[in-house]
Amino acid sequence: MSILVVMEQRAIQGPPAWNRMSWETLAAGQQLARELGQPVSAAVLGQGIAGLAAELADKKLDHVYAVEHDLLKDYTPDTYTAALRQLVEHAHASIVVFPHTYQVRDFLPKLATALGRVAVSDVVAHRIEDGKPVLVRQLFQGKLNVDVRFAGDPPYFASLQAGAYRADKIEAGSAAVEKFAPQLTASRIKPLEMFREAARAVDLTAAEIIVSVGRGIKEADNIPIVQKLADALGAELAASRPICDSGWLPMERQVGSSGQTVAPKMYLAVGISGAIQHLVGMKGSKTIVAINKDANAPIFEVADYGIVGDLFQVVPALVEEIKKAKGA
Amino acid sequence: MKIIVCIKQVPARDSQLRVAPSGAWIQEADLSYEINEPDAYALEEGLQLKEKHGGEVVVLCAGPERAAQTIREALAKGADRAIHIEEELGAFDPLGAARLLAAALAPEKPDLVLTGLQSDDLGYGQTGVILAELMGLPHGTIIMQVEKLNGSIRVKRELEDGWFQHVEMPLPALLTIQSGINKLRYATLMGIKKAKGKEIRRVAAADLGVAPGAACIQLSRVYAPSRSKQTQLFEGPPKEAAAKLVEKLKFEARVI
Repeated sequence: MSILVVMEQRAIQGPPAWNRMSWETLAAGQQLARELGQPVSAAVLGQGIAGLAAELADKKLDHVYAVEHDLLKDYTPDTYTAALRQLVEHAHASIVVFPHTYQVRDFLPKLATALGRVAVSDVVAHRIEDGKPVLVRQLFQGKLNVDVRFAGDPPYFASLQAGAYRADKIEAGSAAVEKFAPQLTASRIKPLEMFREAARAVDLTAAEIIVSVGRGIKEADNIPIVQKLADALGAELAASRPICDSGWLPMERQVGSSGQTVAPKMYLAVGISGAIQHLVGMKGSKTIVAINKDANAPIFEVADYGIVGDLFQVVPALVEEIKKAKGA
Repeated sequence: MKIIVCIKQVPARDSQLRVAPSGAWIQEADLSYEINEPDAYALEEGLQLKEKHGGEVVVLCAGPERAAQTIREALAKGADRAIHIEEELGAFDPLGAARLLAAALAPEKPDLVLTGLQSDDLGYGQTGVILAELMGLPHGTIIMQVEKLNGSIRVKRELEDGWFQHVEMPLPALLTIQSGINKLRYATLMGIKKAKGKEIRRVAAADLGVAPGAACIQLSRVYAPSRSKQTQLFEGPPKEAAAKLVEKLKFEARVI
């Protein structure tokens, strides 16, 4: 019985580098190990990852598994699943935790299915009851939470939401690095080049104040209503994903897991319900203001100030009051 | 190209959700339902691929009787026929639900299976990938573009931080589609009329030989999340609320 943390590295530009969410997962793995009285190990997969594995050697871990193979150089769900299936067995892991990244979303359900299990995805917290973990995840885009328990025999699998655990809680120690060479065959899936679309003309991360607009704005013709608010505050205008999907604002103005991650002095969310994919992109903001007609919208869970009301009435009133306050 | 699009019916996006007295799920009685949004994009992608390359679009949906409405809407948009696995899904975990879909899919021998990347209700984001594994198909997730080649496809995967990757894989394959990949169409009057004559084949889990089985995960309690921050809420007429907010932003948060 042991906990296994699967760290994530990517080589997009230059040599393999950590996906920083991995450190939060490592901290969570150590916490689970303490609570359950089990040893914890960590693994990193890839090729040319000896340096990354060595970085784990000064953490409080039982083992560090450097899972290396030429076929792991470029990620595919087939090779990652095959390698991890062998590692989970080799390490006798009972609970395997992953950061909830796009890559993990691509292979973890496949790995769990191959072993006849179901992964608990996107976990935001946990507690221990009767010596067993109870995992908390969100339903309905963050409107409700649910407690989830593993059933049946281990191994159990879970992926952890960004920001749910704190990387600065990692315990130092020492661990031996063990090389693990999986038996792999070439994937049917051929990964090609990684690329970014046209360079971002808008750097939202530099903005001191951001006014961000969501579905509540209803149609493209209403965008000027929030633009006026942004102008009054000297703010950059941003948006949640659906607004950019609909082409009402360009993709480069999108905040969230698939857009930019921002932490301005003030983030003013207008008509944004606050799905987790949006919250991870802005919850580090110093002051968060939310305007939404639904008092139960998850955006109010992270907001410092809020107005529950019709944005079409509230925003123009706010523009007037801001102009007054600035004029004074 | 024979394309099967898996769709799910979920509570309408702006529903006021109430936890059921049992605490095990939400009160469903007075909710209205709609197609899961990412699935609507998967359907549109299927329709566009058919228009470009010919073939057939079959909609596959597992859910109770009420899901028939969502299926009819998909047929009105242009899907050729549908399979409705008429079943309450409460007892099925994601693996069980995917087994249902796989059992209905296998005899169809599709060239391409499309799903949305996640559901707006349970939000596991797993059904598509589980289905691919059960059917032994290569898969791609969070797809923003699909290009058919000769016997294979080239897709654009969304990565994090504004990065993308092109990936190629042989057909048959399964893709989970990201919202925003295309522009959704509306059903036309002609489409709605035509849909009435289209086939909806109803099957039950028992017909497919799939029982819920022992679940690998158990949902034990549904509840409203607690707030991580103390939010100061301003109420009253918009002008009053706005004035109070601005005062706080100016003198307390000092951001104006």
